Amino acid sequence: MNVYAIAYKNLLRKKIRTALTAGGIMLSAWVLATLLGFNRGYQQGLNRDIDNMGFQVLLTAKGCPYEAATLMLKGGTGLRYMPESVVKTVFKNPEVEKVTPMLMHGVFDPNKGENGAVAAYLGVDSESFPPMKPYLEFKQGGWFKSNTALEAVLGYEAAELETREAGDKLLIPGLDQELTVVGVLKRSGTQDDGTIFLPISTVQNLFNRKGMLTGLGIKVKKEADISALENRLYDLPDVQVVSMAQVKTTIMNLVNSARVIVLGIAGIALIIAMAGVINTILMSVMERYSEIGILKSMGAMPLDVFRMIWMETAILCGLGGAAGIGLAFVTARVSEAAVRYFLPYAPNGALVALDGEITGFAFLLILAGGLLSGVYPAWRAARVRPLDAIRVEGDQV
Amino acid sequence: MNKDIVISATDLVKAYRRGSEEVRAVDGISFEAGPGELTAIIGPSGSGKTTLLNMIGCLDNPTSGTLRVGEAQIFGGRRELSETELTRIRREMFGYVFQKFYLIPTLTVEENILLPGAFYRSPSAKSPHEVMKLLGIERRSRHLPGELSGGEMQRVAIARALINGPKVLLADEPTGSLDSRRTEEIKGILRGLAGQGITVVMVTHNLELARSADRVLDIRDGKLHG
Repeated sequence: MNVYAIAYKNLLRKKIRTALTAGGIMLSAWVLATLLGFNRGYQQGLNRDIDNMGFQVLLTAKGCPYEAATLMLKGGTGLRYMPESVVKTVFKNPEVEKVTPMLMHGVFDPNKGENGAVAAYLGVDSESFPPMKPYLEFKQGGWFKSNTALEAVLGYEAAELETREAGDKLLIPGLDQELTVVGVLKRSGTQDDGTIFLPISTVQNLFNRKGMLTGLGIKVKKEADISALENRLYDLPDVQVVSMAQVKTTIMNLVNSARVIVLGIAGIALIIAMAGVINTILMSVMERYSEIGILKSMGAMPLDVFRMIWMETAILCGLGGAAGIGLAFVTARVSEAAVRYFLPYAPNGALVALDGEITGFAFLLILAGGLLSGVYPAWRAARVRPLDAIRVEGDQV
Repeated sequence: MNKDIVISATDLVKAYRRGSEEVRAVDGISFEAGPGELTAIIGPSGSGKTTLLNMIGCLDNPTSGTLRVGEAQIFGGRRELSETELTRIRREMFGYVFQKFYLIPTLTVEENILLPGAFYRSPSAKSPHEVMKLLGIERRSRHLPGELSGGEMQRVAIARALINGPKVLLADEPTGSLDSRRTEEIKGILRGLAGQGITVVMVTHNLELARSADRVLDIRDGKLHG
């Protein structure tokens, strides 16, 4: 028989009350772990998405920077164009290792979905684009033979949506133009999964955009000074420089603002759980006032009693915290789906990234909060005088 | 002090202030008890019996007077003992039995008996099986208190008081919650414990139980009567 066993068995006396309190702690731990995991997952996903773009700087025609960011991240249609000659100008900069021109065009397809939808085509250079995306692997076929071929490469999800395989024909709505699907990509976990790639000259020809680009991806040499390059590019007329670092910072600033609010909510949940713990343990101490006095008459020192009551709090918070973290793991995918539903942009991959560091931190925070909550009830119990306690009518058998 | 004296109380006083009036709950009581002696404290309600027992058992400081238990002087110095000091003396020397049994309902009989050992393990501690056998409750070791009769619960409470091998067993109305048959059983147990050399001091209203004692202290208005 030891103090820990006594503490554990004390909690079993009022099972429903113990379960409700542990449930409150569990919910706090769940909220905390999920939010911390979301923050980590979102940041990792965003970094991955941007790093997977293969280039560090994007040039677009002058316009709204957020529209440009959307263009990069979601594959939205570009409303403005810049001349193809900008490729040569950019290449003159010593920091530039590679460039890849892009032309995006959207066509309304009345047969897509219930009310029709925009079908987006991304024109890419068959020579410069693939080396910038080394992680793209083919499930079927390969890249187009030339930049003027009437061919298409489908991302994994685009192929599923269009129900096409390599060798199938793909009709561009409104143009009555058929393309041959020459390749289907494996799932990459990036925005490329939903993209229909066409040779850049084919897009320029089909949609009367000769000599025009919507974007120019720039890969910078290792150790090169990106900011010096960006400063020079800012001087180019009618183009806009979007650095991936800026995009990352902008989005993370937005996410961090939201995180402060959400962590505030988690903090409130933690405080409510702590209040519940104080209430439960204090009530339990008051109910056992006589019994605690008897324990002291038997030789329990104030510190023994403090330890016993504190241990009850620790067990309660430990079990509730562990259950909450377990729940966070179990519901991670559901939480992720909810976040994706509500957020206008969410990166690919796991959005709620729970790891040992996060779950350990959440568990320790819950345990520390619980132990802090247990100090007052334990102190009250430790101060019980046996003589006073014996005089009080208890409910013991 | 005589080796054959376990408890020696001299002129113990416990006084309270009620407004401007001083109330002496215990007023100059002296007595001695030897090893294996069963002492009963009797008297009407409010006469100071339990207050005296609490002072003997170091649950409360006397206002004045001296108390020795064995070779140790407990009270009689210049200052009051702190709660920690009182606890240290209690756990080394005394076992307590109360009218209400104060067993923990979620602990088995054996676990309840072992409870004092969770806080202090005396060098003279007994094994739970030894005390359960002594009190005839070994077959109930795995039962919860709610499954026991009143007499059995009081036996468990006595076993718990004996687990650390105390010099003195103090009992406050040990049969107060029991019927006459169970009272007889407990009387026999207390007598038997005294027979084994434990000094037993009990407070009781039960004159039949008091008659079984070696010494009876009749207290009226805080003073020994007769």
